[in-house]
Amino acid sequence: MIVDLALVAGILALALGVLAARQAFAAVAFFIAYGLLLALAWARLGLLDVALTEAAIGAGLSGVLLLAAARRLASAPAPEDPPSGRVTRGLIGAGCTILACALGTAVLLLPEPPPGLAAEVAANQAATALGNPVASVLMAFRGLDTLLESAVLVLAVICTVALAPDDGWAGPPGAPQPLADGPLALLARLLPPLGIVVAAHIFWIGVDAPGGKFQAAAILAAMWLLPWMAGLVPAPPVGARALRVTVAAGPALFIAVGLLGAIVTGAFLAWPPGFEKPLILLVEVALTLSIAAALALLVMGPRT
Amino acid sequence: MTAGIYGLLGAALTGLGLYGVLVRTEPLLRILAFNLLGGGVFLVLGAIAQRGAGAGFAADPVPQAIILTGIVVAFAATTIAVALVLRLAARKDGA
Amino acid sequence: MLPLLAVMLPVLGMVLAPALGARGAERLTLALLPAGFALALGTAAAVQAGGAPLVHHLGHWAPPLGLSLGADGIGTAMLLTSAVVVAGVAVFARAGFGTAPGMPERRTAFVFWPLLLAIWGGLNLAVTARDLFTLYVALELLTFAAVPIVCLDGRRETLSAALRYLLFALLGSVLYLLGVALIYGAAGTLDIGLLAGRLSATPPVLVAAALMTAGLMAKTALLPLHLWLPPAHAGAPAAGSALLSALVVKGSFVILVRLWAGVLPPSPAAMQALAGCGAAAILLGGVAALGQARLKLLVAYSTIAQIGYLVLMFPLLAVPGVAEKAWTGGVLQAVSHALAKSGMFLAVGLMAERLGHDRVADLAGASRIAPRAVLAFGLSALTLMGVPPSGGFAAKWLLLSASIEAGQWWWALVVLAGGLLTGGYAYRVLSTALRAGPVSAVPVPHDSRDTVALGLALLSVLLGMLPLASLGLLQIGRVAP
Repeated sequence: MIVDLALVAGILALALGVLAARQAFAAVAFFIAYGLLLALAWARLGLLDVALTEAAIGAGLSGVLLLAAARRLASAPAPEDPPSGRVTRGLIGAGCTILACALGTAVLLLPEPPPGLAAEVAANQAATALGNPVASVLMAFRGLDTLLESAVLVLAVICTVALAPDDGWAGPPGAPQPLADGPLALLARLLPPLGIVVAAHIFWIGVDAPGGKFQAAAILAAMWLLPWMAGLVPAPPVGARALRVTVAAGPALFIAVGLLGAIVTGAFLAWPPGFEKPLILLVEVALTLSIAAALALLVMGPRT
Repeated sequence: MTAGIYGLLGAALTGLGLYGVLVRTEPLLRILAFNLLGGGVFLVLGAIAQRGAGAGFAADPVPQAIILTGIVVAFAATTIAVALVLRLAARKDGA
Repeated sequence: MLPLLAVMLPVLGMVLAPALGARGAERLTLALLPAGFALALGTAAAVQAGGAPLVHHLGHWAPPLGLSLGADGIGTAMLLTSAVVVAGVAVFARAGFGTAPGMPERRTAFVFWPLLLAIWGGLNLAVTARDLFTLYVALELLTFAAVPIVCLDGRRETLSAALRYLLFALLGSVLYLLGVALIYGAAGTLDIGLLAGRLSATPPVLVAAALMTAGLMAKTALLPLHLWLPPAHAGAPAAGSALLSALVVKGSFVILVRLWAGVLPPSPAAMQALAGCGAAAILLGGVAALGQARLKLLVAYSTIAQIGYLVLMFPLLAVPGVAEKAWTGGVLQAVSHALAKSGMFLAVGLMAERLGHDRVADLAGASRIAPRAVLAFGLSALTLMGVPPSGGFAAKWLLLSASIEAGQWWWALVVLAGGLLTGGYAYRVLSTALRAGPVSAVPVPHDSRDTVALGLALLSVLLGMLPLASLGLLQIGRVAP
């Protein structure tokens, strides 16, 4: 209880820090700390899968992306909108306060006993051959959402290519990284082998325990980004066929297996009986690699 | 009880984030505020997941899976917004 | 299964596009067009024959645990519309985004085809998905595909327009998602079918209703949340503007319809307010269009006004006896506007390309340089005004008579005034375009693009000649609020 209140106070303070910071760098630093505390909050709520994802994507990859953006914008700032007047800000503040109060009231007045699907998941989980209930939801009950989410990542990669300049858009993505020395270079040499092992472990246990392909993919992406940021490994050109196929392969295989289910059993995304686990693992391995490549490309951003 | 505390935190973050998106003028700070707002929304959903604990689960797995999908989609949105801002900045002093 | 394939084929094409490259993606898109149209037609035939919505349970998991996807009357109408508009736009876009054999891959060509496929798949998902969170993913697919289309040319103004659009759209989807969370907390399911009649007007549900409505209004660009639309829709290349105005804003509209007709507890006051926003959009959008100096901006403001007509049906749906009429009018408005506005944006693009500008005051000679495009503009304008026998006439007539029969005559006045305003700005364009221009204006041989623009405009007119009996399809699956 006291832990929770302290955590809530810390998260609120960091969020205020993000909003009040005058410089982008400071705001991003507050934001990364906020993401880490948020991961703790997820753990306190008992949502361990979310806690892992928040730490890996919400704080980790987003942090790298935003820090790099703050650095690039420090030398060439983006155009700002004209500031709103005092009265407008007051009205917006009042509106946001009303929204927060209404939302808080709504959350407190949700019906008792809480309606939900925990019992349904427990009753049907055995049929999915997966031990982690969240994995059952992601790969079986709500498989369509997971499929679409992987397609959204491909679309996001296409968006960043769309936002590159006409000359050299097919070259390496992101800003060129200078060769680093010191701790970053050392870390970039030592960490990747270890990180890949950790990613494989998180992927594997995700079948039956918290963890899984998105968390593993985020770690894999980080293990690629680290040597890239240290200037040790150049980014492959966007025009490279191998890179493009890697990004597309996982989601395409997922859809193909979904169609196979439609042909064999009559329902899209139904795993053919007896082959559930090997097929799910095959799709998840392909998805992990594609998602890792997509996440890394998204953090590198378009060529400038 | 826990759910209530974090649900209220989610509501507060939603209000703060929305204020930041509407009032800040620097695009990158708006994107950060948008992420605060997103975190608030996911916390509200997380509180609902925790309320639904049962059948041996610490939290209702369905909203939990929805939060996971939502975090990835929000990350994709952030990368697109950042790419757009960087392009705009490069365009301003460049060609 | 058919509606599911109508969603999955474009999504699969979009995913494969990076691997295939610009030329491969273009050819795949063209190959998918007839398949998509056949799937939409097959869906229509199956829904009509069965007299009931098609429903497919993914992975054999029935809701509330599983997700379902299906086609009812309004969904089928939108599947057909998207297949036709996407086909027209794709054929039109080959001139600008095509890659000839041996030609180096260009950025715009590499990204255009997957973005087009993502809009197609996203819209088909938005009109067929039956789960509120899957609908959120559909909204995000549409947003992420639409934003880069706005700034394909990479100019500063279009990049600014795209950023403003992205912020509005992301706020819209996050408010919608917040509502989804509260609905799960209140009902323990997100399936549209299971939610029907289950929600009562408790505080969480009311807050959810307000948040989702505001979010979807921002995505649909319904006044007062429309400010992002004109620079975005006017900044995109012609083929992109056609997709954005005809299809993208319709996805969030259909979700708004599904929410208020069947999911959320009825609220006559909210329906009056929603239609009031629509009435303001019709009048203010029309006045703004009248005053525009640029042709593309004029057409974009016309979209704001036409979106206003879409929401006029909401207060009429709860009135027994006229609900059916209002519903048909609203859906017909969505379809006829999609056809007319895609035709009009393509026509305007051709005029601007051949004249070298899109200043309304200097359009003289356009009818000589681009006669088919000017004709396409005129035919589309008939639908937007609501002149018989166009599809727009049928839609607006149904809305007008439904509002009189329901005793809400004020909406009828707005429909009439909106028609006059539309006539005003269409006349402004056509009277100038039909004047003889400078002698130097040499007629350009028309190409297949003129035919596409004319074809879409013509379809929007012919829609009004469908026998009313065939519109019974639209009623299938309609739920009274």
